[in-house]
Amino acid sequence: MQSSVSIQNLKLDYGTVSVLRDLNLEIGQGEFLVLLGSSGCGKSTLLNCIAGLLEPSDGSIYINGQNVTWAEPSRRGIGMVFQSYALYPQMTVEGNLSFGLKNIRMPKEEIRRRVARAADVLQIEPLLKRKPAALSGGQRQRVAIGRALVRDVDVFLFDEPLSNLDAKLRADLRVEIKRLHQKLRNTMIYVTHDQVEAMTLADRIAIMKGGVVMQLGSPNEIYNRPANKYVADFIGSPSMNFFETTLSRGAEPKVVLAGRDVPLATYGFVRKDFAGAVWFGIRPEHILTGEAAASAPVRFEVCAELVEPMGSEILVWSTLADTSIRFRLDGQEKVATGDMLRIGFDPARASIFDKAEELRV
Amino acid sequence: MADTVIRTQHASHAHAAGPRPRPIFSRRNIIIYGVLIVLALYYLLPIYVMVVTSLKGMPEIRVGNIFAPPVEITFAPWVKAWSSVCTGLNCDGLSRGFLNSLKITVPSVFFSIAVASVNGYALSMWRFKGANVLFTILIIGAFIPYQVMIYPIVVLLREIGLYGELSGLVLVHTVFGMPILTLLFRNYFSSVPEELFKAARVDGAGFRTIYFKIMLPMALPIFVVAVILQTTAIWNDFLFGAIYTRPENYPMTVQLNNIVNSVTGVKEYNVNMAATLLSGIVPLSIYLISGKLFVRGIAAGAVKG
Repeated sequence: MQSSVSIQNLKLDYGTVSVLRDLNLEIGQGEFLVLLGSSGCGKSTLLNCIAGLLEPSDGSIYINGQNVTWAEPSRRGIGMVFQSYALYPQMTVEGNLSFGLKNIRMPKEEIRRRVARAADVLQIEPLLKRKPAALSGGQRQRVAIGRALVRDVDVFLFDEPLSNLDAKLRADLRVEIKRLHQKLRNTMIYVTHDQVEAMTLADRIAIMKGGVVMQLGSPNEIYNRPANKYVADFIGSPSMNFFETTLSRGAEPKVVLAGRDVPLATYGFVRKDFAGAVWFGIRPEHILTGEAAASAPVRFEVCAELVEPMGSEILVWSTLADTSIRFRLDGQEKVATGDMLRIGFDPARASIFDKAEELRV
Repeated sequence: MADTVIRTQHASHAHAAGPRPRPIFSRRNIIIYGVLIVLALYYLLPIYVMVVTSLKGMPEIRVGNIFAPPVEITFAPWVKAWSSVCTGLNCDGLSRGFLNSLKITVPSVFFSIAVASVNGYALSMWRFKGANVLFTILIIGAFIPYQVMIYPIVVLLREIGLYGELSGLVLVHTVFGMPILTLLFRNYFSSVPEELFKAARVDGAGFRTIYFKIMLPMALPIFVVAVILQTTAIWNDFLFGAIYTRPENYPMTVQLNNIVNSVTGVKEYNVNMAATLLSGIVPLSIYLISGKLFVRGIAAGAVKG
């Protein structure tokens, strides 16, 4: 896959605070990459650097093989969509769409053709003569996407484009962005703090923390085989249950949980010879209950301490091995606080991290 | 008796629906409107005295009661104040000063706002190196008393050959308007979402295009505020007008002072009052015309700034 955007040894410091530290990232042609992280992790900063709105302290950025580190934003072949839409309030939708094209003195005929095409793709033709104030949030964001679309750019940058919308609209527009990507096949870089958006949209996700990429991989990889405890904890809602224990390697590798041996013969080890203090993590949705628990390789009995019914499922809080844990029950189950429940899990689905560096074992 | 009162209250509560009825003559209303009316009268009284006095002839004024309405209305004092009263050396009334004030105010307002709005835009949007230092220096400028700078400016204007000229005074007003206006515009532009500026840059707009096509149309309310602030300040200025101009270039305020404070001859109160009202017409009408816009602009700047 030819790389569309390439970031090499990128650094950005504000005084003594370093926001991006020696960051390297290769984004393929037509790839949908999501930068995911909690606020302050540097994901928006990185996007602004790619767009040319922030100057990096060191390192270089290539777009389509060209070094654009010092290029103006408009000359990088990028289009950007912002969280607050950032539509020019005194211009009509048509004016907003054609502003960038007028700035490069494109012939009027060509401008009209491109605006018409973008309006058709995004289905905003009836809105062309309106001002942004007369549009709903979803319509505004569509116009903002259109503004990137008319410029016929290679790379789309999205800076939390759906965060200002209500839940339902967000889901609708999410699908629309995905559809747009399938139709246009442009490279898209998308910043969000919403893991559902990241999981559903991305070809690959880069999870960032403190200006460093913690893991870069497909949504599947990130969910099932998190590279470190931070990623494991960050992805998934409710988040993963972690137990402090010790990994020992006798005849076969095992950990001890609540006085019981958990054999790890089926676990896919990354470091085949590691032994010592570890975090043993298992996702709430991978804890089996009822019938399934009876046939699980590892079984426990726990007391339901807190029950949160959510309609489609029930979230149960409990304690195992002196650690608070969460797991899910089907929404139709009858469970009350104080009930004893049988749970179990398959150790192959667990994630184990060493305690010192919190990296996957 | 008390019993019935309670019962009727209960009854009315039981049927309560829609907005709660509010009595017009409640204690609260009486206090609020009472205070407002008294204050309004207090501020309007001098204007009333000026208007009635300017419409009286001198014999009537000598009779004494300044609050009495004119028995015989005459516009002669207004005509005299405008066209023939002596203001120092010239005896062609306030008309000359009115023209001078226009020639001073219009370019001063235009240039000071033009420069300050670009200043404010550059300071808030293009965070160039040293922007904060420049801004701090500019703001300190706002706190230095004018008296300190009077003499150096006299020398400066003399050296560049503008002392006594209208253009020299325009320059002084433009420079002195800079700190407060820059602050005003900087705060306004700081309230414009940064993403708008970023979007424009991605769209290939430069310093000028962003200013004229995006920021300027958005900043109309603050321009109105700036025009009002500058027009009234410059029109009402006396100090600079008296120091940096020659008699034939005196602005209206300086002429007015010369009329009112002349010590020779009879004190013509009616002419003085008419002259004062005449020189106050411009700022007054600006407030009346743009009152609503002014409040809106100030509020926009205050809430978001």
